[in-house]
Amino acid sequence: MIDAMTPAAIFFLGALLTPFLRTWPRRILLLIVPVIGLWQLFALSPVNAGYIDFLDYRLITLRIDTLSLVFGAIFHIAAFIVALYSLHVRDTMQHVAMLVTAGAAIGAVLAGDLITLFVFWELTAIASVFLIWARRTGRSYAAGMRYLLIQMGSGLLLLFGAIMLARETGSVEFRQMQLGSIATWAIFLGFGIKCAFPLLHNWLQDAYPEATVTGTVVLGSFTTKLAIYALARGFAGESLLIPIGALMTAFPIFYAVIENDLRRVLAYSLNNQLGFMVVGIGLGTEMAINGAVAHAVNNILFKGLLFMSIGAVLLRTGTAKGSELGGLYKSMPWTTAFCLVGAASISAFPLFAGFVSKGMILAAAADEGHWFVWLVLLFASAGVFHHSGIKIPYFAFFAHDRGIRCREAPLNMLAAMGITAALCILIGVYPAVLYGMLPYAVTYVPYTVDHVVSQMQLLLFSALAFTLLMRSGIYPPELRAANLDIDWIYRRMVPRYAVIIGRVYGAVAALISNAGNAMIRQVLNVVYQVHGPQGVLARTPPIGIALLWVAVLLAATLLLYYL
Amino acid sequence: MPDTGDREKQTYWLDRPANVKRIIHVLFLLCAGLAALDLMLPRHSVFFFEAWPGFYAWFGFAACVGLVLAAKLIRRLLMRPEDYYD
Repeated sequence: MIDAMTPAAIFFLGALLTPFLRTWPRRILLLIVPVIGLWQLFALSPVNAGYIDFLDYRLITLRIDTLSLVFGAIFHIAAFIVALYSLHVRDTMQHVAMLVTAGAAIGAVLAGDLITLFVFWELTAIASVFLIWARRTGRSYAAGMRYLLIQMGSGLLLLFGAIMLARETGSVEFRQMQLGSIATWAIFLGFGIKCAFPLLHNWLQDAYPEATVTGTVVLGSFTTKLAIYALARGFAGESLLIPIGALMTAFPIFYAVIENDLRRVLAYSLNNQLGFMVVGIGLGTEMAINGAVAHAVNNILFKGLLFMSIGAVLLRTGTAKGSELGGLYKSMPWTTAFCLVGAASISAFPLFAGFVSKGMILAAAADEGHWFVWLVLLFASAGVFHHSGIKIPYFAFFAHDRGIRCREAPLNMLAAMGITAALCILIGVYPAVLYGMLPYAVTYVPYTVDHVVSQMQLLLFSALAFTLLMRSGIYPPELRAANLDIDWIYRRMVPRYAVIIGRVYGAVAALISNAGNAMIRQVLNVVYQVHGPQGVLARTPPIGIALLWVAVLLAATLLLYYL
Repeated sequence: MPDTGDREKQTYWLDRPANVKRIIHVLFLLCAGLAALDLMLPRHSVFFFEAWPGFYAWFGFAACVGLVLAAKLIRRLLMRPEDYYD
């Protein structure tokens, strides 16, 4: 069945070979796996294949249609970029985890049924946690554990929902669903955790900044975008997603303004970007779905680029904290330039990637008459520019020079950032390359005078606000601090009150077990009376009685025989 | 590529406050230009408020100022020492 082999298998084969290779052979392997995978993806497309009949259900391990093709393709491109970015790393664990994570994400978007999806869904979680643990610190171990528990929870909800759905409908095919039954709610919630819905979001900001330099880029590329794909496939047009997404675009930007760790700022920013996509999926019109998918593709590129540039800073200076950095444009001019391209792209400047995709989602919201959601998205757009477009490059590379002098990033990192930056500009200048891949025909025209002028007004007056706040000293300084978020509940409240919770639990448990003991004792008494040493069933009758009974039975049989 | 020793002594264009001022002046000019453009161009708006003069400019400015001021308040509530969870 090699002719219908899922591209994911190529990644897993690559991961198996990786530990046996060193230096150049390994580097070539890491780079060539995504290339072969992408070639295989396009060679197979479109296809429904890899049927496995499992119990009563038909599993489709390979389904390539317009929606899965675009996600499959961008995942391959992302896999190539992160491979290039991590070529200098000498850590087999990270290379293997990277290939398995990418392969599992690709396998998941190509899965045609919920059981196959579940398997790959969990595999992305298990493989990617090693990218956090690979930092090999106590902090990263704990953060990885929290990440793993929450991700596994998401997978279990998906499995539970899939089983319930199979009982209801007799099919495990992964297709459009309606919220209503427990099954679909469980699946929705499972997707929502991985997509970092509000209140379910905090694993993202907790874990991503604790991963290795290259690990964060891998995590940021695959996991959440897989969830976006799953929502687009399963819940397109679900109107509940509109307020959820709007909330997601808005609340993380407040955290992004006050957060000091620049990789955590980017994690909050990623959460905000996912919100735009979730709104698009919730709107459900052809333009909105196109916008959500296009923004997911662009986000993998420009968010990856920003994570890569700050990762390079972390590698060279040993920190990614705004309070410690500044003036790095002198030492790392190329990284600075690439970071600025990423910043311009995520801020949706004309001629950069974000402009041609985010505009689609806003236009779709306006078309549907959602004026309030539209205003929230516009506020979030200004906010994105503020924290990702200005804050990230400003505090890392400009602000005031802290006298850090380091080397420029390694050549392979620069190459990875350069390719990504080129793609961001290519898509911005020539959006047809992206629009041609989208699930529906594109009627949206990004470059109108209105759109360009209004966007430039929004952005430049936001920049004006930043400048005035900065010059007047109102802007909050970068401070070494931790900011409380929803993770406080499971990192502080529950552990702190664990003693009290333990006592209450102990008391309740004692009550229950006392009551239970009493009941059991009664049952045992009855059993004892019957089976005990003096019980009816425990007596050993003399042999004579047995003989008497045999005689009686014999007599009865004879009697019956003659009758 | 000069090594780091050379860079230490090198002064950069941005090191001079006059040049930073120049960038800020360019930003002011661009903003003024965009505001003027807003009055000249006929706009095709979906929502009525989009047609208000300089809507996007005001919105962008107010959003950012509001965001930063709100974030400063939130910081008072949520900020903890860096080793809070350790």
